[in-house]
Amino acid sequence: MTDVYGPVSDWENDFDHAVPEYNERAHDIWAEFQASGCPVAHSDRYGGLWAPFTHELVHEIAYDTDHFTSQGVVVNTGRPLIEAPVGPAPPITSDPPFHNIARRLLLPPFSPKVIAAWEPEVRRLCRELLDRMGEITPGESVVDAAVQYAQSIPVNVIARMLGFPTEDEELFRGFVHDVLERINEPVEARLEFMQRLDDYLTEQIEEHRANPRDDLTSYLLGVEIEGQKLSIEHVRGSIVLLLVAGIDTTWSAIGSSIWHLGTHPDDLQRLVDDPEVMLFALEEFLRAYAPVTMARLVREDHDFHGCPMKANDWVLLPFPAANRDPAQFDRATEFVIDRQENRHGAFGLGIHRCLGSNLARLELKVAVEEFVARFPAFTVDGEVTWSVGQIRGPRRLPVRVDAIA
Amino acid sequence: MRVTVDSDKCQGHNRCFALAPELFDVDEYGTAVVIGDGTVAADLEDKARLAVANCPEFAIGIED
Repeated sequence: MTDVYGPVSDWENDFDHAVPEYNERAHDIWAEFQASGCPVAHSDRYGGLWAPFTHELVHEIAYDTDHFTSQGVVVNTGRPLIEAPVGPAPPITSDPPFHNIARRLLLPPFSPKVIAAWEPEVRRLCRELLDRMGEITPGESVVDAAVQYAQSIPVNVIARMLGFPTEDEELFRGFVHDVLERINEPVEARLEFMQRLDDYLTEQIEEHRANPRDDLTSYLLGVEIEGQKLSIEHVRGSIVLLLVAGIDTTWSAIGSSIWHLGTHPDDLQRLVDDPEVMLFALEEFLRAYAPVTMARLVREDHDFHGCPMKANDWVLLPFPAANRDPAQFDRATEFVIDRQENRHGAFGLGIHRCLGSNLARLELKVAVEEFVARFPAFTVDGEVTWSVGQIRGPRRLPVRVDAIA
Repeated sequence: MRVTVDSDKCQGHNRCFALAPELFDVDEYGTAVVIGDGTVAADLEDKARLAVANCPEFAIGIED
């Protein structure tokens, strides 16, 4: 694969979040920017990129839909081909006022009470994945909590919700990897793999048209805006959103949470002894290890606190960095398992709050509960590798099982 | 004590409903609403404060 940019030596002026070092050292890099007095990185890469690292600046941009458009939300070498206010993957790529129309179609199937009904299914899936790990010898067996566990949970759930074949799991992870991690490849390469994704989805949509059933794909084909069915581009774009946003993100959150417990035995013991603490621990996992950095495009040339932003520059919204900003949180860089006041922005802020947040929370909670219930003692043991790009989480997570329940 | 939800600010993070389901409910779009007139029984005052302290959009208020 061709990375058109190469390594970074100057984080302030030649910033790039797609070099492997960024996610490996993210917590240190954010802390350095927050303490530096110059909390905005810049780069000429990707046709112009800005990255603010304080809670205050991230929030300001998240709420400012006038100067910043959501038409593109994943920084890459190209620019989105479908224009605002709809954008290529509505509603995440949509701007007001269309955004609200597209979003309201999808809110009910992801509302808290509808999602809560999925709990037994998610629990069953987690237990099945743990069973599939086979014979475990405490103190000796090493399992990969990312590959054998975390990565399979969200992909299975979203495939079922969309009514796609769950045996295409590997294919979906490939699509997500293409969209979210291969961001520094030439535009032509990106167009080629985006076309593969479009072709697959078109096939699934046609199959649903022929055989409508009770799933999200059929739902999107059936709903109307002001008496009009959605265009094929809108349906496909919303499915891209659900598929891409629903897989890597939660997989990363589950992996990072297990990584934390496998490197902080006191917190693991607390969860084992006091499962009720999960009400707060869940939000602290989300705050301290928020997986998702969003992005915007600058609408027109704009002076942002002295940063000369140009139309069509990318701007990253590193919510994970904002969540660890000492100006906003007490003991910001520490994991406080029962933190009582926790206004984290792991799911974003403002009108683009993650549509799937209730599902993500359910999957993260159940996945951690089931892992800890099966393995009440475990230790990260071996080389951990991290994703690259806007979604941060472990992709290889060797864990030595020290006890089984 | 009474709790309030500013429905223009609420984006459906669902934190209040998770922490204090005795005081808040959510509609089919996931937007928070107060139960009844929002009056908080004495034994639920801590939960009301918790809901305020965890709303990322600062949409929840308390009136004494």
